[in-house]
Amino acid sequence: MSGLWGIGSNPDFSDSGCPNRLKKKKKRRRRKKKKKKQQQKASMGAQKKGASRVAEEPEELARVPLQAILLADSFTTKFRPITLERPKVLLPLVNVPMINYTLAWLESAGVEEVYVFCCAHSKQVIDYLENSEWFSQPNFSVIMIESHNSVSAGDALRLIYERNVIHGDFVLISGDTVSNMSLTQALQEHKERKKKDSNAVMTMVIKRSKPSQVTLQSRLGTDELFMAIDPNTKQLLYYEDKADHSKGSIYLDKLLLIDNASISLQNDKQDCYIDICSPEVLSLFTDNFDYQHLRRHFVKGLLVDDIMGYKIFTHEIQSSYAARIDNFRSYDTISKDIIQRWTYPLVPDVRFFGNSSVKLERQGMYRASEIGLSRSAQIGPFTVIGNGTKIGNNTTISNSVIGEGCNIGSNVSIEGSYIWNNVTISDGCKLRHAIVCDGVIAKAGAVLEPGVVLSFKVAVGQQFVVPSYSMVSLLQQPTKQDSDEELEYADNSSGIAEIPSIADAVDISNGEMTLQLSESQCWPISQLGAGGAGYIWSICEGGHDEEWRHSVAPIPAEKLAEAANAADNDLELTQDVSALPPSGELKPDSNDSDYDDNEDARDELIYFEKEVEATFLRAVHENIEVDHVILEVNSLRLSYNKLASDCAGAIFYALMKLALETPHNSSKELLKIATDVISQWKKLLKYYLADIDEEMEVILRFEEMCLESAKEFSAIFTEILFHLYEEDVIQEDAILRWDDEKKDADESDKVYVKKAEKFIKWLKEALEEEED
Amino acid sequence: MDFQVVVLAGGTSKKLVPLVSKEVPKALLPVANRPVLSYVLELLELSNLKDLIVVVEGEDAALSVGGWISGAYADRLHVEVAAVPEDVGTAGALRAISHHLTANDILVVSGDIVSDVPPGAVAAAHRRHDAVVTAMLCSAPVSGPSESGSSSGKDKSKKYGRYNIIGLDPTKQFLLYIATGGELEKDVRIQKSILRAVGQMEIQSDLMDAHLYAFKRSVLQEVLDQKETFQSLKQDVLPYLVRSQLVSLMRFLHDSSQVLSQTLANASTPSFHQQYSAPVRRTHKCCVYIANNRNYCARLNSIQAFSDINRDVIGEARNLSGYSFSAQNNIIHPSAELGSKTTVGPHCMLGEGSQMGDKCSVKRSVIGRHCRIGSNVKVVNSVVMNHVTIGDGCSIQGSVICSNVQLQERVVLKDCQVGAGCVVNANTESKGEAFYRKEK
Repeated sequence: MSGLWGIGSNPDFSDSGCPNRLKKKKKRRRRKKKKKKQQQKASMGAQKKGASRVAEEPEELARVPLQAILLADSFTTKFRPITLERPKVLLPLVNVPMINYTLAWLESAGVEEVYVFCCAHSKQVIDYLENSEWFSQPNFSVIMIESHNSVSAGDALRLIYERNVIHGDFVLISGDTVSNMSLTQALQEHKERKKKDSNAVMTMVIKRSKPSQVTLQSRLGTDELFMAIDPNTKQLLYYEDKADHSKGSIYLDKLLLIDNASISLQNDKQDCYIDICSPEVLSLFTDNFDYQHLRRHFVKGLLVDDIMGYKIFTHEIQSSYAARIDNFRSYDTISKDIIQRWTYPLVPDVRFFGNSSVKLERQGMYRASEIGLSRSAQIGPFTVIGNGTKIGNNTTISNSVIGEGCNIGSNVSIEGSYIWNNVTISDGCKLRHAIVCDGVIAKAGAVLEPGVVLSFKVAVGQQFVVPSYSMVSLLQQPTKQDSDEELEYADNSSGIAEIPSIADAVDISNGEMTLQLSESQCWPISQLGAGGAGYIWSICEGGHDEEWRHSVAPIPAEKLAEAANAADNDLELTQDVSALPPSGELKPDSNDSDYDDNEDARDELIYFEKEVEATFLRAVHENIEVDHVILEVNSLRLSYNKLASDCAGAIFYALMKLALETPHNSSKELLKIATDVISQWKKLLKYYLADIDEEMEVILRFEEMCLESAKEFSAIFTEILFHLYEEDVIQEDAILRWDDEKKDADESDKVYVKKAEKFIKWLKEALEEEED
Repeated sequence: MDFQVVVLAGGTSKKLVPLVSKEVPKALLPVANRPVLSYVLELLELSNLKDLIVVVEGEDAALSVGGWISGAYADRLHVEVAAVPEDVGTAGALRAISHHLTANDILVVSGDIVSDVPPGAVAAAHRRHDAVVTAMLCSAPVSGPSESGSSSGKDKSKKYGRYNIIGLDPTKQFLLYIATGGELEKDVRIQKSILRAVGQMEIQSDLMDAHLYAFKRSVLQEVLDQKETFQSLKQDVLPYLVRSQLVSLMRFLHDSSQVLSQTLANASTPSFHQQYSAPVRRTHKCCVYIANNRNYCARLNSIQAFSDINRDVIGEARNLSGYSFSAQNNIIHPSAELGSKTTVGPHCMLGEGSQMGDKCSVKRSVIGRHCRIGSNVKVVNSVVMNHVTIGDGCSIQGSVICSNVQLQERVVLKDCQVGAGCVVNANTESKGEAFYRKEK
């Protein structure tokens, strides 16, 4: 049984320093289980069916109800500004909050217990669910887990592990997933694999979907995905989702090919973000406290780290549907899929939780029973119109979703847009491919260009044209720029941290509080025209400089052409690289091909050094303490995965460059500056010189500089070396070894050894004297 | 079929010293007492490919190969023998005879293949796909290095069975990636653009390039003309064609990005050639023919392979040998003479007019014509060519004895190669050595 929990088999635990606690936990669990067993035994007599099932599967697993963890927070900022006011899982998708799709699917797939993890706007989520029908379901329990300080899926899973509520295999899913797949087969595969190999901890659901070769993204707007899968066992061997477009190649470790005679490399799959996990997954997250992202950290971590030998497998679904709403484009795509009934039975005219009855008419038109539709209005194909909505004369609507209680005037044209509840659109407005949230008012003649997102209660002034891809919200754009991808975790997806006053107010009143934003308040008129209300967020928010990629609007032709051109140029480049050297140069020891191989690594080193240098210069100019610089350099070192010697080299380089760039007239002056700089920063440098190897690196680096980039130093090489020695930065051992290693080098390489000859000789003598 | 066949018979390969010599080039090395080239020629004849050019490296070798062919196949095949300078490589050899090539498609076969895969099937696959090149792949020999574990070191067993890394499309018809030689030692590097174009790629390391290619002549000649540095078909020309097929494919894709944007929402795509190459034929195809697992396919390109193939042809792949086996699973020519208490085990062959003394034992070995073998001789896992004299009490294990060798009494050889015409003195004991005749 211990193997089942993956605790006994987990070598890391011995180091984690809390074995006792865990053992206790285990015991507790056992006790719990026993209890459960007894309960079940009692019930078994009554239910023949249950008894026969148990007889088939001797595993205790069968008796544990199927559990699921639903993350009601995506821990990203892609749905801003909307998610500042309402959590993503409660956003309506074809007039039904997203989380209902996920819960409905979980229920239909046979999941009995769902742990809903709420973080951002947790109160709203909990309120919603508590008032929903989900709480009164037989055989399906929804349990809330609330957290206020989780910043990532990793945190969430660690918290759930601490709660100790998951007892068997579970389904891990986020609350923005729409699916109609059957879990039976995937679950059975998972269990069978688990029986044979206790290291098979996770089964990922994938689906075929080829990304565009031009934009390099899937139809859901997610980045293209490269996976290597063993065709026989379906084991996942390689996963690359954040495709770095600058890198034109995939490198598969040659060891992979030794272990597997054949590998299937796939670019035409899409990750559905539905995972069937064994309980070990939770403990793995706890062991590896730095795992944040499910894919980027957890999956890659397991694939790279072969010490533990944990394996991930894939399950490809063929005919059923599964997709996750990751960004506005997937919102658009999935909405269309729902309207076109790919997700059956989760479609508007089938009653499931949270949707009101609508009737399917010709051409994929769904109409609620009570709508006020003018005779002259033209409702095009694939459109959903919610209850209580009024539509005026000569209005045309196509490929759109209109929520409940909307008031749409005359001569309005709506195309490919998503209009939520209680929206007022006055006469003569034009909306193309926009998302319009609850309570928005578009005044007469307003125009929304493709890709516009209007958050809650925004008002657009008369005749005002909202430019393409604008994000408009009543809340101001958070000033803190999270341009760095990693920072997504640092600032929670809710706006609480940044703008507490407004967000809290909204949170508390569950969005009911009218922010008293009438025309009387002086909105900057320029932003949304006369009578408008709201801020247009600047587009570079979150580093999405390519906003068209993730927008609801279709990709404009010129962007496509641009991307195609870029891809073409890319190709030219790769083609140059791929141009085959004649067989003579194909020898493995050839320097050329080595260079090719190391190119990426080298590039990385260059970036690393640049960053270190920038950090150092900032420290110099802003008088930052050495300890802080060390911290920063350390974090750089970790993120670039460099050695201490790389840091030492980089810092030394930065020091010398600083000295060189300080104005000076003669080499003597330069020497003075250099020695000063070294003396001042020796603590920093010394921090990375733990070993003789690192010191060697510094000397070699210095030598390299003198030869290449900073020839001015060549005259004072020995002096500076001596100074480094004097300052105890470099020990005599390193210098002597440098001398030693250079003995067999070419004459051209020995220039500096010769220069330092006297000094070295002196060192040697001193050493001998000491020995005497 | 409008196919012209080029047989690259090689010359006197350095890898096969001391087995080869000026008189016996690689193509004429005996496999079950027949020159290895005859296996290829007869295989081609079976597929009705009778218009051949045999390319031999070196004038002398060409003469001896030409002499043998005109004797053996004068009335059956239309063979031209062409001599090319040594060390020009496979691509160089083709370049040298390029002006002789006239047919639409060229089948290039290595002269050292011993196989029963019909080349006609490769040619047919080539035609069916209208490919630029079709390469035959066979499953890499699994038994190879592991069986000969005694002679090969540990590092060899590490690379066990890896000859090529090959990327195929899911239907296993198109060749998308190939790594050979030194590239095998590095991490596999696959261009994303290739993968994007196909969506899925099967990477296999258990397949081997069998050195049988069908080329479209125009393209082959163009590549040979333009890329003068290309030396090897396998390492230069084939990878070049494989890469450039995708480059031209990508070009085409971008020309039609408008079309693509419409198909953006389409999840599934059929085979990429079907979809993208149909309207404009700017791309070319590289195809593969994967030999059936049951077929035999091996190349005689090392001493180890020489021994293995000899053993296989009279062993598991006996249908290749063209001989009829006796009830004891061996072939003893009627004119061979065996002494009393001499046993010839299964999977053995004893050539015409050979004589063996008393109390000899032969296991899994091939003995050529007109050998004189004394008494108390043991021959195990070895190849003995023609006109060899073996003295009494010799023991030969895992060795190759070339023609006209004289082994005096009580010679013990293990894993040795004895070059043609050598004399090994009495009581010599050696292991893993090669004997040469000193050139005067």
